Amino acid sequence: MPAPPPASVLRFERVSVAFDGVPAISDLSFDAAGGETRVILGAAGSGKTVLLKTALGLVKPDDGTVYVFGQNITGMREHELFDMRSRIGMLFQESALFDSLNIEENVAYPLLNQKSIHCPPEEARPRVEEALNFVELGGTLEKFPSELSGGMRRRAAIARAVVTRPALMLYDSPTAGLDPITAQTIIALIIKERDLNNTTTLIVTHRYQDGNLLANYRYNSADGQLIPAGDRDVRTIFMVMKDGRLVFEGSQDELEAARDPYIAKFYKQRE
Amino acid sequence: MLDILKGPIAAVQDFFVLTGTALVNVVRKPRYTADLLLQMDLIGVGSLPIVVLTGFFSGAVMALQLSRPLVQYGQVGRTGQLVSITLVRELGPVLTALMVAGRNSSGIASELGSMKVTEQIDAMRALGTDPIQKLVTPRMSATAIMLPLLTIIADFVGMFGGWIIAYYILNLTTQQYWTSVWRALEWSDVAQGLIKPFVFAFVISLVGCHYGLRTTGGTQGVGRATTQAVVAASVMILALDFFMSKIFVSQAVS
Repeated sequence: MPAPPPASVLRFERVSVAFDGVPAISDLSFDAAGGETRVILGAAGSGKTVLLKTALGLVKPDDGTVYVFGQNITGMREHELFDMRSRIGMLFQESALFDSLNIEENVAYPLLNQKSIHCPPEEARPRVEEALNFVELGGTLEKFPSELSGGMRRRAAIARAVVTRPALMLYDSPTAGLDPITAQTIIALIIKERDLNNTTTLIVTHRYQDGNLLANYRYNSADGQLIPAGDRDVRTIFMVMKDGRLVFEGSQDELEAARDPYIAKFYKQRE
Repeated sequence: MLDILKGPIAAVQDFFVLTGTALVNVVRKPRYTADLLLQMDLIGVGSLPIVVLTGFFSGAVMALQLSRPLVQYGQVGRTGQLVSITLVRELGPVLTALMVAGRNSSGIASELGSMKVTEQIDAMRALGTDPIQKLVTPRMSATAIMLPLLTIIADFVGMFGGWIIAYYILNLTTQQYWTSVWRALEWSDVAQGLIKPFVFAFVISLVGCHYGLRTTGGTQGVGRATTQAVVAASVMILALDFFMSKIFVSQAVS
């Protein structure tokens, strides 16, 4: 288990990113504290994915500063970033499992390739099995990603992201392109990972239901089901992005009280 | 005006940065030996059939085409000499490189391109691996090791093709043909014939990797990257061959 999370896990200070002169993120600032859940809503192309990739150092900001675990990563070189990345799990939009490796090798990949993890090869197998059992994919070790369904691939990718027990998890549209039932299973897994390991969670989605579940349900380790949380947890913060700008940041109640039509569009999906 | 040039110049710069990083990574850890061996198998052993066929037919056709002028001067006995010099200096390296470029520059570009558009390259970086170290360097080293070997095989099979024509159509004796093949070759020919494929290997692998890694725009982009990689690699091979031949020939003359 990682040490108790520091006060600030991920902080953006006036970050701007542009690709070929087209801005993807403009002047974005926020500060995610340890143990917090952040639900990032926004239309397609509003810069949500770029935000996650900037947090991992996969995309370099043109302007502004990014702090991860209190460390300024903006000026770091690629090999200096590996240590920080080993403490973050990321679920990519299309799962991004390696086609040429089977599920076991895919999930073992971060254990065997991240220098700061120091996992001896003989210990990898039990940890891979544990992670796959966590996502209820115990019997698929020998299968290749192409043999799995979309929802199973997404779950295998979650297993690969959580196998290193990261302190911060980034989920890029975990429910995109899935049927409602599978989407619900994926969100349940995300809640389970968050509540069992006290992981700081950033989730990008365009489905308000996902955020609603994350804000109002808890994982009950006794029977493995989701139970409604007593009151709305202030530790779930909603962020709404529009054209690379942060147009809303606040609790679920504040979001539902917002009058702006763009913001209102998201929570009205529910009805 | 300057804006038009910006794109191509940035691409050339990217290519040289990639080349530099891939070369530095050869001596850097971690080493992905399993990937290197896999690529040597895919690029080297996998290209064997096509390289053997190309070599055989180019040697045979050389002997056939040259027989007419040689008959005119009463020098049919020199067929072996001409076949071996053209093959070792020029046709072996260039045709082998072009065939391998068609097969592997495209293969590398489409493989890395698909990985790029499905975010696997990003995932690799997120999971603690340098994609250049893991993907580019093994492909570059594997091609640099295998292409000279493939060229040697192509040269030899080409000479064998020439022998078939010489023996069955031009009625030379086996000994006559092979003696003239052997006598014609000097060390400089062999050196030229092995340095060329070594240089072409870097073009084939790095052009493929370069276009693959800068793929954008989904599956359509993968197709585009593949085509561009083959075209660029082939043109660069032919251009480099000209300049390298120029250096070798002027050295021999002076």
